[in-house]
This record gives sequence, C-alpha cells and structure tokens, in this order.
Amino acid sequence: MLKSSIARKVAMALSAFFLMIFLLQHLAINLTSVFSAETFNELSQFMGTNPLIQFVMQPVLLFGVLFHFIMGFVLEFRNRSSRSVNYVKNNGAANSSWMSRNMILSGLVILAFFCLHFVDFWIPEINTKFIQGDWTGVVAGEEGFRYFAELQHKFVNPIRVGVYCLAFVFLALHLLHGFNSAFQSVGANNKYTKGLKKFGTAYAILVPLGFIFIALFHHFNH
Amino acid sequence: MKLTLKIWRQKNSNDKGGIQTYPIDNVSEHMSFLEMMDVLNEQLITQGTDPIAFDHDCREGICGMCSMYINGEAHGPDRGVTTCQLHMRKFKDGDTIYIEPFRAKGFPVIKDLVVDRTAFDRIQHAGGFVSVNTSGNTQDANAIPIPKDDADKAFDAATCIGCGACVASCKNASAMLFVSAKVSQFSLLPQGKVEAKRRVLNMVEQMDKEGFGNCTNTGACEVECPKGISLENIARMNREYLKASLASD
Amino acid sequence: MATLDSKIPEGPLKDKWTNHKNHINVVNPANKRAIDVIIVGTGLAGGSAAASLAEMGYSVKAFCFQDSPRRAHSIAAQGGINAAKNYQNDGDSTFRLFYDTVKGGDYRAREANVYRLAEVSANIIDQCVAQGVPFARDYGGLLDNRSFGGVLVSRTFYAKGQTGQQLLLGAYSAMNRQIGKGKIKMYNRHEMLELVMVDGKARGIIARNLVTGEVERHSAHAVVIASGGYGNVFFLSTNAMGSNVTAAWRVHKKGAYFANPCYTQIHPTCIPRSGDYQSKLTLMSESLRNDGRIWVPKNMKDVEAIRNGSKKPVELSEEERDYYLERRYPAFGNLVPRDVASRAAKERCDAGYGVNATGEAVYLDFASAIMRYGKEQATIQHEHDASDARIKELGTKVIENKYGNLFQMYEKITDDNPYKTPMMIYPAVHYTMGGIWVDYNLMTTIPGCYATGEANFSDHGANRLGASALMQGLADGYFVLPYTIGDYLAGDIRTGAIPTDSPEFDEAEKSVVDRLNKFINNKGTKSVDHFHKLLGKVMWDKVGMARDEKGLKEAIAEIRQIREDFHKDVFVPGTVNEFNPELEKATRVEDFLELGELFAMDALERTESCGGHFREESKTEEGEAKRDDDNFAYVAAWEWTGDPGKAKLHKEELTFNDIELKQRSYK
Repeated sequence: MLKSSIARKVAMALSAFFLMIFLLQHLAINLTSVFSAETFNELSQFMGTNPLIQFVMQPVLLFGVLFHFIMGFVLEFRNRSSRSVNYVKNNGAANSSWMSRNMILSGLVILAFFCLHFVDFWIPEINTKFIQGDWTGVVAGEEGFRYFAELQHKFVNPIRVGVYCLAFVFLALHLLHGFNSAFQSVGANNKYTKGLKKFGTAYAILVPLGFIFIALFHHFNH
Repeated sequence: MKLTLKIWRQKNSNDKGGIQTYPIDNVSEHMSFLEMMDVLNEQLITQGTDPIAFDHDCREGICGMCSMYINGEAHGPDRGVTTCQLHMRKFKDGDTIYIEPFRAKGFPVIKDLVVDRTAFDRIQHAGGFVSVNTSGNTQDANAIPIPKDDADKAFDAATCIGCGACVASCKNASAMLFVSAKVSQFSLLPQGKVEAKRRVLNMVEQMDKEGFGNCTNTGACEVECPKGISLENIARMNREYLKASLASD
Repeated sequence: MATLDSKIPEGPLKDKWTNHKNHINVVNPANKRAIDVIIVGTGLAGGSAAASLAEMGYSVKAFCFQDSPRRAHSIAAQGGINAAKNYQNDGDSTFRLFYDTVKGGDYRAREANVYRLAEVSANIIDQCVAQGVPFARDYGGLLDNRSFGGVLVSRTFYAKGQTGQQLLLGAYSAMNRQIGKGKIKMYNRHEMLELVMVDGKARGIIARNLVTGEVERHSAHAVVIASGGYGNVFFLSTNAMGSNVTAAWRVHKKGAYFANPCYTQIHPTCIPRSGDYQSKLTLMSESLRNDGRIWVPKNMKDVEAIRNGSKKPVELSEEERDYYLERRYPAFGNLVPRDVASRAAKERCDAGYGVNATGEAVYLDFASAIMRYGKEQATIQHEHDASDARIKELGTKVIENKYGNLFQMYEKITDDNPYKTPMMIYPAVHYTMGGIWVDYNLMTTIPGCYATGEANFSDHGANRLGASALMQGLADGYFVLPYTIGDYLAGDIRTGAIPTDSPEFDEAEKSVVDRLNKFINNKGTKSVDHFHKLLGKVMWDKVGMARDEKGLKEAIAEIRQIREDFHKDVFVPGTVNEFNPELEKATRVEDFLELGELFAMDALERTESCGGHFREESKTEEGEAKRDDDNFAYVAAWEWTGDPGKAKLHKEELTFNDIELKQRSYK
C-alpha cells in the first residue's frame, strides 16, 4: 500500500495531522496546571485510568509516533539516495526555508526529546501502574492525586527545563514547515491556503510556546 | 569583466569527474551566459583542448534543452529564466562562478554539463497523452466549451518546458513538479478526464521507477522553475492520485 | 533521373484532394505492421506524421538530434496557427485562406497544395483540442482568435505567446502514446548523416548516435525528411542553434531536387545584435506592430547624439522623428507584410540612420499607444481630468496586459525598460520557404523519400504569412502524408524487412565514417564556428534582404573560397567515438557551405523580385518589389551534379486557374 512515493507522503501527512491534534490536546490539559492543580489532576486522572484512552488511544498514539518517525527516516534515506553525487556548491537558502530543508534534523531533536519525556513521565507511569500495580494517587483516595506534584517536581531542575525549552524550539521549527506541508501533501492547495498558512505559522509558534511557558511557570512557581 | 569559472568536467558517464578552474577575461555584461561559454569554448578550441560540453538549442528559453547548476542554483541566480536567458550583468567583475550539471540519480551525466533527461520522456510514455487517434472526424473544436479558468490553468501547467530544473533544485531530486504539471494539464481539461485515473497512477509509478526522490514540499522547484509552474499542481496530482488509488478496483 | 511531375490531380480545385484520397492505394492493416517508415525530425511535421503513421499501424522509427522530441524548434513559434474555421463569423472560408496564402506568397506557390492546406486546416484545430492542447478561450468557454498580418479576417488560434510549444507538446503526446505501445521506436540524440538508396529507392539512413559516437544503419521502406529549415546558413538567425540542413542536403545530394533555396523570410521585429560574440537572434512576436510605431531620427546629428549617448530617444520631438513606414505606406503603415517592413528598416540603416552602436537597429515605440489606451481607459473609468502621468499609468497597464511577457523578455535580454524607452529592433532571418522539391504527394524526386513541413518547399511560395508555418507542419504530418505515403507503400507489402547488410549500406556507412574521420584527422587551426561566421556574413551582406547581380556573383566566389579554407584549416577536437558537439557542428557547417552557394545561384538566376526575394534590378520607380510573372512564374528545382556550382535547373511552371495574378501593393 505504501509502495508509491505519493502514498508514503500522504501517510506521513496523515500521521502528522494526528500528532498535531494530539499536541493541542496535550497542551490544553497541561495549561490547566497553570490555573488549577485540581482541574489538572482530575483531567490527568481521567486520561490515566479511562480504559478507552489507556488501551485504545494510547496504542494508537504510540503507533502514530513510531510511524511518523520510521517513515520519516525511510523517506530521508530514499531521498538521499536519489542524488548519488552531491553538488560542489549548492545554495539551498536561495529557494527554500531552512526548516523545510532540515526536517530530519528537527525531527531527530524531537525524537531525542521524546526519549527524555518518556523516561521522565510515561515509563514511570506505566511502570508504577501496570507493572508494580501501585495505583496510589491514581484512583480516588484520601492522599489525593499525585499528578500535579509530580509535574512540579520535574521542573525543578533548570537543566531539564532548558532542554525542554530547546526541544520545543525545534518542535516549532518542525511545525513551521510541517503544518502546511501536511496539507499540501494531501492535496489541499486552494484559495484557503493563504489563510491556512498564517494559521499554520501561528500554530507552529503558539503551541510550542505554550509548552515552554508551562515549563518555565512551574520552574519558577514551585 | 574578468571571471573565474569553476566548471565540472567529466569525460563520460563512467568517469568520476571533478571541478576545473578556467579564468576568462573581456566578458561583456550584455552577453548571455551561454555566449560567455561559447567564448570560453572558442578559446579552448584555439588552444587545441577539448571544449566544455553543454546542452543548448533554441537560446530563447522555450526548448528546455539548456541546464547548468550555476553558483548553487538551477539556471543561475536570476528568476523566471533559463540559462540561455541569463545575462552576465547578473554577475560582478572578479566573481567566481561554479558551473555544474543538473544532478540526480534519474539524470545521469553524459559528458561535462550534459545530462540524460530521457527519464522525463519515459514518464510521459506511461500516460502523458489523451488517447485519441488522428482523424479528420474528431468532434468540432468548439463542441465542448471549457471554462476559461480551467483552460487558463491547464495552459499554465502546460507551459512546463521539461528542463529538469525542479529535479536539480530539489534536495530530494524529486520530479513531482514536472509530473504534476503534466497530470494537471490533462486532468483540468474535459478531453483528459476520461483516462485521468490510469494516467496519474501510471505516471507516478514510472516516476518512482526512474529513481526520483519524494517531494517534501520545500518549494525550491517552484522558485527555480523558469516558467513559474505552481506547487498547486503537485497538490492537484496528490489529490488525483488519492482519488485514483481509492477508487480503483 | 526522375522528371518533374507534380502529380497534381485532375478536376476542379476544391475536389482535387477528396478525389485523390478516394482513388489512391491503401495498405491493409495487417500489412502495415510489416512496413517500416523512418522519420527524421520530430517537430510539428515529423512528430505528427510519426504519431499518425504509428496509429495507422506502420512500424515507425523516429530520429531527432535533441535529447527529446519535445525540443524541436517548432516549439519556439509564438503567435499562432491559422485555420479557416470562421468561428468569428467574419466570412472566412477555405477559399479565403487559400487566396490569402497564395497572395501572401506572392504567387509563387502551387495552387493545389495551398488549397489542400486550407482545406485540412480546420481539422487540425479539432485534432489538437481533442489531444488536450490548451488554446486560449473566451469566457463562454469557446476558442478565441486573433488576427495576423496580411489578412482581413480573424482566423489565428493561439495559446498565449507559445502556440508552437503547445502544438508540439500535442504531437509529442500523441507520439508518447505510440512509443509506450512500441509502435514508434524513438532515437533521441541521433543525427541522420546519409540516405541509403537501394535500386533507386530510399531504403534507409545512416545515423550517428551522438552520445556514443557510434555510426548506425537503419532500414525502412520509406524515409520522411521533416528536419526543418536552413536559416542557420546565415549563422545568425532566430533558428535554434542546432537547426541545420544536413538531412535535407544529404537527400539532395542523393538525387532529390532542391527548390527555391533563395526564398528566405526575414522577420522585421527581432532584437538587434549586441556584439561579435552573439550566437543567435531573438524574435519578438509580430503582434507588437499592432501598437508599436517604427521610427528612426530624421536628422543625422540626432543619430550621432543617440549613438554616443548624449541624447535619449524620448527627448526627440515628433518633428525630429521619421516614421518611415507610415511615410512610405500610408495605407498599411506599420502593418505592412514582413518582407516590406524588413527591407524598409534595412534601407534606413544602410542610409546611416541606425540607432545603436552597430548601426543596425530602428525604434519600435509604444509611447503613443500607451497614451491612446490611457485616454480610453480614463474615459471608461470616468476620470475626465486625469493627468498625463495618470493616463500613462493606465495606458501602461493596457500594454502590459497585451504584451507583458514580450516586454519582460525584451528587458531580460537588453536591460532596457520598453515601457519607458522605445524598443530597438532589426530584421533577422526567420524561416526558409524554399526546401526539398516534392510532388502533390509530398514525395521528393527520390522514390520512397518524402519531405514535410519547413523542409519542403511546397506551400508558402516566396513569402510565408504569419501563423501559417504551424498550419503547414501539422497539415502535412497529420492529414496529408499519412494518406499519400500509403499510395507508395502499397507496392511494398511483399518486400519484407530491408536488410542492412547490403553493399549499399556498407558503402553509405563507409562514406559517413570517412567523412567523420576526415574532420577528426584534419590538423587545422580554426574552429568550425569561425567558418560558419564567415559564411553567415557573406550570406547576410550579399544574399540577405536585398540582392543584386554583382553581390551575388561575389558571394558565390567567396563562399567557394570559405569552403576550400574550411576543408583545409578546420580543427575538430576530440574523437569520433564520443559525445562531440564540435564534430556535429562540422558536418552541419560543411553542408551549409554547399547549400550557401546553391542559395546564391538561385537568387542570381531569379532576376525578378518576389516575396522575400528582392533583386535591386527589379523594382518599381518608387523602389518597391517588382514581380515578373511572364518569365518567373515557376518553381526553380535544382538537381545535384557533384558540385553546388554546377547544379542543374529544372523548372516547374506554376499555373493559376483560380486566382488572378496581381502586383502586391500596400501603399
């Protein structure tokens, strides 16, 4: 099914759409942590215990992430092999943006960040809940939910906060090209494209900025 | 003007090739780039050496024969022109100019700056046509009115001269701008719609076989295209392809 | 040797073609498969013929020297293609198109051929639209037309400024379909260097693979030459750099007569030469003359001031300008036919009024058109008190809409802004009406050898009207040759494949290899271009826009001398067995050097003025061209006898039954 170049590119775009929607959702929930620890805890608890989310959406998300990365590498590898001798002098900046030419680079930074993020949150979460069977602070109990405290704890270390911020800058760069590129890939280029481009730019800057804000907020307010 | 030319020399497709330096003097700013190359070649011939092979023919920007990657850009630094229309006034006295062939796996070098672009022909053999035989009895040319907007868009796509600058400029050596221009021209016209599905599937398949890379929407092709073929065509081809794949039996 | 039989069918003019088609032999579909046809050249004439013949079932081998059939020089035609469709309801008809073409050709074309051309013209448009050629349309979705020089109706179909490219892409796409099916075998980057004849018939060609240098044998039951015109004999022309006479000349040397070589079209609106390095001239569409006014300064002191840069053309007042076309031809003004406009420009420049450094340029000025359109627009937009600046702005917009791409092209080449300062233009060689002599079936005097498109001589007489070249190329390829070639091939259904190991092929191949080796082994000192430029200069100065006996005789002697020097002193680097552009040029220029002499001889022999051929000795008291129908109403067909200077003249008398011969007047 993914034999042809266009099919691969459409698949890449579809997984990107999925991830961009996921990002919005992730940001929305995280933002509540700035206003209300309670809301954040409740939402986190819902996400962490709802079977639909845990056993359907979570695997789908994992698959989406993995697919996007693997396909990204496959495409990069194939594309590199389509020019066997490189130019002695190439002036890519004359005709295209840095972001568009370096998606693999920004993607790799994001991948590295993902590893960190998984080590920080996801792996301990899965380990505690499903392997050790410790549901303290997850199911309703007198000690209260643990999510907000964990979040605050993670952002104490300034190095980690710095790494997070940097990763989000790369996410912004990735999105600055990726958002509209995904639309182009599925064939959407029409009278709305101009507006969509502006929206895409806004999305690419505001979403990562939101995450950066949250990280900094908790770093300075714990 | 006095210039230093750094030109790719390669005896044939098996040769490894490399850059050689040629100083050139008395270049007039009114010369076209290819006339400057003519002057250099005339000098090389008078010295009894092998002149630089490069493709060219109409020298008015329509045949698509001339190529050359000049200072890191297909058809050089000017916009909306082919190399034959590029003039030396775009350069300054004392400049060093790198001249390389269009590079892509799908465009093997024949000699020096000459590359083999027959992959483009083969892509069109796969479907770049309307299946209509010559006959004095096709229906009258005005039998099917075509909305002006569609006719104009089809024309804009059809202005592609098949030079390959899109492939040369693309970091992935992708041929999608070229293929999409051909697909678009026919898919916009009622005459071409009949076999639109077959066409896009077959042409894309052949494009992939030829070893061109995958489009990552950098937009470099559109900028470097001497005829300003729009990225909209690639989007249209993607749509057509999706439609055709999903609807095929 | 064959005699000159034009094979024009009997009967009334309008029925000739239909009757002919009804009565000629056809080859049955099963037999077509076993018949090979070679087509040399893949422009409009060759490409359309290749596609059509393959569709009919013949096995076609097509050759082009470019890297793809799509690059043939037909691609560069800008203006449009004529067809008697009468979509504009202005009374156009087959007869009117026929009449305009014969008159435009100054009554030196064959009536029956031209009538057939007009007759099939409408089919061409139908065919092209069916192929997906994106012609210009109006808002109702129907095809748009424009009018072109020398006619009174609007019959030109166009696709912005690149009708040639779009039509060629149509023919090319039809070819692609057949190549994909294996019915056409395409040989890109191959050049035909010899015709092979077996038993007096054309049976194949020797071609060089331009990539590997290999000399190859290709056999067929018929050979079609569709290799275009020979304008590059002038070195500088609007033709592509690779356009050449070699295929046509090789056929000529094997026995095909060469007709009217001196009929050349010099196009008045080209961008002037800027220096000695110049390799090629660029044409600006004739449509510019609809709005541009052509002038030179009246006074010599202004000419000098402009040349040394102390004065700008816009500073000259109306009284200081000489609008010489409007002065000499008040009725047609700037819209006189191409040949008349070109000669008038030459006359002014020869008198010393040329406005650039080389002295070979006149102005084409849009200032008054800009003001005129600007005023019109101001009225339409109710700006009754618009300032001059505002009027200019509005007018500039109109001009930009009409000619934007041409103005942009001009600015790219010259770095002058034609909205602000007048364009400079000068005539340049553009098209050659002469070519290989063919009969009504488009067969040359060699059985089985055909010539189509610009390569033949048949339809344009002594001058071609705008937008007629595309029409002729496609008419020949789509609608004439596919039928007429069957008449000949019907005799070949039992022949079987032509072997390529015969002594005839051996000998032809040997002659080609010897010729190539001779160039490589020639230890000369000068480049091929050096000789080509010398030839071009003689041709332009003495066999160009105006010719006289003395100049022509000098030209013949000079060309012979250049030819001799060329063989002695040309240097071709590299080897035969590699990609070698200099070697390609050498064989082409060798043929140009022979053609040039025949060209001058033909011009010398024709002491009348007609169409593009102007003899100083034959003009009216006012200096206009004077035709001599009593003595020169014939086609001059030259037979090769071993030396271009000893070519033998055969005359095909032209008879006009349906048109009365008149002297052209544009006063």
